[in-house]
Amino acid sequence: MADKKAPTARSLSAGVSLREVSPAERSWEEKTLEPTLKKSPDRNSDFTTVSSYPIRRLYTQADLAGWNPDRDLGAPGAPPYTRGIHATMYRDRLWTMRQFAGFGSADDTNRRFRYLLSQGQTGLSVAFDLPTLMGYDSDHPLAEGEVGRCGVAISSLADMEALFDQIPLADVTTSMTINSPAAPIWAMYLAVAEKQGADWQKISGTLQNDILKEYIAQKEYIYPPEPSMRMVTDTIEFGAKHTPKFNPISISGYHIREAGSTAIQELAFTLRDGIEYVDHCLRRGMGVDDFAPRLSFFFNAHNDFFEEIAKYRAARRIWYRVMRERFGATNPRSWALRFHTQTAGCSLTAQQPYNNVVRTAVQALAAVLGGTQSLHTNSLDEAWALPTEAAATIALRTQQIIAHESGVTNTADPLGGSYFVETLTNEVERGAWDYIERIDALGGMVAAIERGFPQREIADAAYRYQVAVDQKQKIVVGVNDYVIDGKPIETLKIDGTVGDRQSDRLRKLRADRSNAEVERRLNSLRHAAAGTENLMPHLIEAVKAYATLGEICSALRQPFGVYQEVAIT
Amino acid sequence: MPDKKIRVLIAKPGLDGHDRGAKVIARALRDAGMEVIYTGLRQTPEMIASAAIQEDVDVIGLSILSGAHNTICTRLMELLRAKGMTDVTVLIGGIIPEADIAGLKKSGIAEIFLPGTTTQAIVDFIRERVAVT
Repeated sequence: MADKKAPTARSLSAGVSLREVSPAERSWEEKTLEPTLKKSPDRNSDFTTVSSYPIRRLYTQADLAGWNPDRDLGAPGAPPYTRGIHATMYRDRLWTMRQFAGFGSADDTNRRFRYLLSQGQTGLSVAFDLPTLMGYDSDHPLAEGEVGRCGVAISSLADMEALFDQIPLADVTTSMTINSPAAPIWAMYLAVAEKQGADWQKISGTLQNDILKEYIAQKEYIYPPEPSMRMVTDTIEFGAKHTPKFNPISISGYHIREAGSTAIQELAFTLRDGIEYVDHCLRRGMGVDDFAPRLSFFFNAHNDFFEEIAKYRAARRIWYRVMRERFGATNPRSWALRFHTQTAGCSLTAQQPYNNVVRTAVQALAAVLGGTQSLHTNSLDEAWALPTEAAATIALRTQQIIAHESGVTNTADPLGGSYFVETLTNEVERGAWDYIERIDALGGMVAAIERGFPQREIADAAYRYQVAVDQKQKIVVGVNDYVIDGKPIETLKIDGTVGDRQSDRLRKLRADRSNAEVERRLNSLRHAAAGTENLMPHLIEAVKAYATLGEICSALRQPFGVYQEVAIT
Repeated sequence: MPDKKIRVLIAKPGLDGHDRGAKVIARALRDAGMEVIYTGLRQTPEMIASAAIQEDVDVIGLSILSGAHNTICTRLMELLRAKGMTDVTVLIGGIIPEADIAGLKKSGIAEIFLPGTTTQAIVDFIRERVAVT
């Protein structure tokens, strides 16, 4: 299965050539293994991960020749952070259970948020609808049929106020999955916090704000890379000064993986995106240790248990080296890669949906054994629709069972020192470095994106996977094997009147606010956008006058232009 | 004319940018010997209908995951009828609730392929359908 040209295969053969087997292992091969294979050969000629990465029959000490546990493994909470970023990991504090939610209107989602908090969820995570993600108001013609369907519709500060009604922003942490319009949405959140009397210096949460992976994978972009990177840099710079506990960016591999990448590609492209953001902040004149401690990451948890665990461990080790060696960071908080994990939406099957509970549990366990800081577990019905309350509750309970019943939280990095896990961590790391070096050679990630490099690598991997599933080289239970005719499950229905209700709200908003003031503040935003100053203060002023998201994004389209991708198929 | 290639327009309507499925299908149909035109993202029904006419395609394949299928498909089928393109086969691949399938088929959608469909099943369906029409 493995493409001989892929860097993964090269790394592996390099690893194998170093393998020197001990006399005891040689004797086992001759006396035990060979007779066994003669009697009952392996059921497949190749064993590979879900990413088609080759896995050998057995891993022993011989696979770790040259591996130095003091240098390469270290201790939890200490460089190179392979074993996790906290000395005591989950003995001190469990990960944040953060279930992504959002549908319909701000009122609808506010009710779901308050329900989830009442059920023991420890952080909020906002899913926005597609018009909001693309910077359109709910009453824009292109929003027709899409308002409130894939998330909550937020067109103005008034919607944001309703979204967090009776939820004190001083006490909860909020993650917001928004990218192209991240800066204006964050401005709305900061304005709500201010109105509630919450101190910006103390509020905490995460803005996804990762535009590079939008060009690479999820494709929710508005503006071209250059002005988009400027806005990301503006938010990081503003956050470093005014919201020191807020993560202004969550550098995301999740969507890269969902688009069909391998685990190594997910890791490599995400970390190389991280390097690109750091480069931009340094060019802005910021000191690396002034912002790097607040950079956060977001990875996928896919089906292949050990490959995922190796990926998280390798991520920390690579980022440590990047921060220390490439950027000269001296603050240990800059060296430690903190990350959120979401189980793999693309692994959920529409067929026999209850099986998804099991898939999600296995994936979540990998994230925890990999040392995640926060986790979203998908609901069993999400191959069909946004989750019902009942399905979302099981997903949250899955995390609680891992946390409180499985025992895996009792010790830090329980898999540390496993021949297989350490070898796979080394190999995944090497594969990722290969990609990072290739992207460096292309002139960085923006240049690589413009040439379609990561997009093509992902499309190739996605197609290879589909062929493997179609040919049953990879079994997907309930889809290409163990198939039965099942009954459809109950799914969440989105109230069809959300679009109309949102349009009414917007009409009223535009009638009640001072339109002259809105125009004045939008003009000042346009003017600032044409220059080089930080846009955050202008955005905050604009949203406070109830300028809508669509008006703000449209005002920025004039100086910034719009992005058209070259589609790669 | 056995050497005439089947022409397929793969379109991604609506605001959603998740194009993994559209791209995989485009490549699979191309590997099966069809002529595939991929529209790229965020196509309105108007853009899809005029691309279908311009490219003179036998098949339009829509990839929709966002829940906006009823709005999009109703409009597209109206436009195709208005432009006299009644012989084009329109297919949907993506996430479509069971409850909406009958309505979509009634509006003229030839088939709806749900998650888990093999690319071969889609290739076979298109070959059979285009041979008949």
